[in-house]
Amino acid sequence: MDFVNTTIERSTVQLSKADFESDQMVKWCAGCGAHAILAAVERVFPKIGYRKENFCMISGIGCSSRFPYYVNTYGIHGIHGRAAAISTGVKIANPRLSVWMATGDGDSLAIGGNHFIHVIRRNVDINILLFNNQIYGLTKGQYSPTTPMGKVTKTSPQGTIEHPFNVGELVMGAQGTFYARVPDNNITMMTEAMFEAAKHDGTSVIEIMQNCIIFADKAHNDVIGKEHKDENMLLVKNGQPMIWGKNNEMGLVLKNTMLDVVEIGKNGVTLDDILIHDAYNPDPGIHLMLAKLAPPHFPMVFGVIRAAMFPTYDDMVEEQIKYAKETSPIKNVDDLLNSGDVWDIK
Amino acid sequence: MSNNKRPIVEKESVVVKFVGDSGDGMQLSGSVFSDSAALAGNDLATFPDFPAEIRAPQNTVAGVSGFQVHMGSEKIFTTGDLVDVLVSMNPASLKANLKWAKKGATILVDTDAFDEKSIEKAGYKKNPLDDNSLESYRMIKAPITAMTKECLKDSGIDNKTAERSKNMFALGILYFIFNRDTSLAFKYFEERFKKNPKIVEINKIVIQAGYNYAETVEALESVIHVGPAKMAKGRYRNITGNIATAWGLLAAAEKSGRPLFLGSYPITPATEILMELSKHKSLGAKVFQAEDEIAGICSAIGASYTGSLACTTTSGPGLSLKSEAIGLALITELPLVIVDVQRGGPSTGLPTKSEQSDLMQALFGRNGEGPIIIIAASTPDDCFYKAYMAAKLSMEHMTPAILLTDGYLGFGSALFRIPKVKDLPAIKPPIAVANDKEYKPYKRNAETLVREWALPGTEGLRHRIGGLEKENITGVVSMDPMNHQVMVDLRAAKVEKIADFIPEQEIDGNKKGDLLVVSWGGTFGAVHSAVKLAQAEGKSISHAHFSYISPLPKNTEKVLKSFKKIVVCELNSGQFVNYLRMKFPMPNISQFNKVQGLPFMINELTDKFNQILEEK
Repeated sequence: MDFVNTTIERSTVQLSKADFESDQMVKWCAGCGAHAILAAVERVFPKIGYRKENFCMISGIGCSSRFPYYVNTYGIHGIHGRAAAISTGVKIANPRLSVWMATGDGDSLAIGGNHFIHVIRRNVDINILLFNNQIYGLTKGQYSPTTPMGKVTKTSPQGTIEHPFNVGELVMGAQGTFYARVPDNNITMMTEAMFEAAKHDGTSVIEIMQNCIIFADKAHNDVIGKEHKDENMLLVKNGQPMIWGKNNEMGLVLKNTMLDVVEIGKNGVTLDDILIHDAYNPDPGIHLMLAKLAPPHFPMVFGVIRAAMFPTYDDMVEEQIKYAKETSPIKNVDDLLNSGDVWDIK
Repeated sequence: MSNNKRPIVEKESVVVKFVGDSGDGMQLSGSVFSDSAALAGNDLATFPDFPAEIRAPQNTVAGVSGFQVHMGSEKIFTTGDLVDVLVSMNPASLKANLKWAKKGATILVDTDAFDEKSIEKAGYKKNPLDDNSLESYRMIKAPITAMTKECLKDSGIDNKTAERSKNMFALGILYFIFNRDTSLAFKYFEERFKKNPKIVEINKIVIQAGYNYAETVEALESVIHVGPAKMAKGRYRNITGNIATAWGLLAAAEKSGRPLFLGSYPITPATEILMELSKHKSLGAKVFQAEDEIAGICSAIGASYTGSLACTTTSGPGLSLKSEAIGLALITELPLVIVDVQRGGPSTGLPTKSEQSDLMQALFGRNGEGPIIIIAASTPDDCFYKAYMAAKLSMEHMTPAILLTDGYLGFGSALFRIPKVKDLPAIKPPIAVANDKEYKPYKRNAETLVREWALPGTEGLRHRIGGLEKENITGVVSMDPMNHQVMVDLRAAKVEKIADFIPEQEIDGNKKGDLLVVSWGGTFGAVHSAVKLAQAEGKSISHAHFSYISPLPKNTEKVLKSFKKIVVCELNSGQFVNYLRMKFPMPNISQFNKVQGLPFMINELTDKFNQILEEK
């Protein structure tokens, strides 16, 4: 529970879920996965322990982006795709805030793709909750950049002909320092990842496999559904072997340069042969491979896949300002106005 | 030193232009020359004229770079229409600039640069120095390159480096022509190159050699003297509009106690503001070079929410990209300064040329009903004060402000009488106080209709704002039809009330008469000069130059109705004139427009005024 970050002031009183509940009516559809994400946020914010006034929730546009209205923090409901840019401004201007961003697959990966990759590249210390429901919900059912190829939607009556983004791959391609994947039907997994994201200095991306009950119902069911999760979900934990299965009998090993699936106890394979997860490895090689795994040959990987330590943009801004203040002869605007070539007329 | 023995001709003002190839160092020659003029007490205005390309093909017209200086013993309002002295370092620069030379102008050319190949590349059929095409000018044909190399032959530098100093040889000749002490130029190098005495020495040698050469030139039967101008007491500096804009924002940040945040993306001709503010971290300025124009403004909106004086700088194409976000800032009623250094449009248009064609975009280029503050700067030094006012009004009235400048103002320079920050008007943003039980996001000051600025981190003020329409006072999302009407009206009324906080519109000249000339923004110098000429001829003509465009000054209608005729002059197809017609329908408003990426010439304005005055 150790926090490296000492910039953000901590609460002197124990906060609870009630401290973050908004008085606004939550207007997501009954059965929408966003309800569980909200519950997870309300559960984890008091645990994180910052003063409640230091949380700031920023969003773009879409179902996910109504989030700021439903949690009692400071917040901005922004415009489509621009949450990452707004969040960047908030964090640079006031690094004493814990900045959270609620966004979706359309908001961050289509219209806001540019801001998404650049906030990650800069490693601005914000926490991104990316609700990936593989569909445009608020505009009623058009395909998104994460919709699986071939899927019939309102704008792809014959099936989409686009290659979907893998969020983890995109994050790591943009030199991301933190990436976690969680299902919306497991509040513990969500809160754990959110807590780790809060601890991480730098841009944290949590991809939440979220269900849109109206336009893409059960889109993630083959992986996270009750009947499939044992077989298809691998929850990684730092320092632990990467195993899954009903009885944790399956494991990941590195074979040549590729990941491979083995069964523990068969062909002489023991637990000692299984790869140990190292989320803090600065090299993203294995993290990228983990992010790309998917059924049917592999499980899909969940939990904190990458949490590497690199300097943050906002810290470096502060350092440069501190240095300039210490070394520059220009201490105020009068100094500036009178610097260089000036002359008096009497 | 100056020991001229030639007759001296006194001049009230002179326009000098240095032109050459992009690599010929014309910007430096111009800077040194104008610096000396300022030290000699002249008032002045400068303008660099360079191509959109960084290094267009050598010795072509496309690659010509120039620097114009207008200096005077009288108040200087423009960078000058036609040139009295042209310094031309190659055939292409002569070809491109001869049309700006007055008949009888002094033209200094480097004859060494007029070789067959360069003449052909410039598009001349034969050497213009050999035919009689330049008969009506006072030509000084000097082998500048050869003489530069000659004077440096003992200095221990290679030929190529020596050749690059030819601009300084030409400059030395100019110091003779203007009876200027070369020590003024030496001072320029001594101050800037303290750590590199070799550079100082070389430049001194070349400048003095140029000066000495000029003494031997018979064509220079007289020299020109421009005396010191009468200027208000005080401390001065030379400043470009873009630097002045940056400094005005810094001053507003310091005065208001709100830290400065700039989120911007590089774009000609606004980039210098971004570069300048990047240098001033010691003043706490946080400068974010964003991935695009939209990120620039959106990061600024985020910073504004946290309590920064948030700014974004751009030019026309960037303003288009920022439109949606300006709407977000105005519906969330957050302060935000958007600086638009206008250039020729539409689309990419004329990046390095100037126009006033973004006015309608600034006024109306948003979805929905979107009134905001619009202010325009008149001169390079005025950019300081208008940037300051844009920041002040935006923060005090919690609404975005667009500051319109333009490429000529941004790149052009003028003398700036340095103010003291303590003398600038106070800036008092409406910051909400912690634990105010009555706080509501859209609760307003009854008089100004301004909501409070509640900063994240403050105890007891947690709230959400956003792009969805909000219920008045509470700030809860509302789709209620009557509430929307109320909010639309409130946002408009709030901006309209700012008219109580800006100066009334001034009239230069009689308060009523036959013709009122209306202008706004960067055309001030040319229009003012033209009106002064017409007034001196006894014409019944006055001038109203607008800086506050939204809202307009309270007395605008009264001003307009005091004249028989009105002509609105602007560098677009008639944007301000149509705004005025919309606000104050009157049959007697005419317009004079020019959209060539060029400023108004004084004589074309006076011709127009005379024509209107003569019409029945």
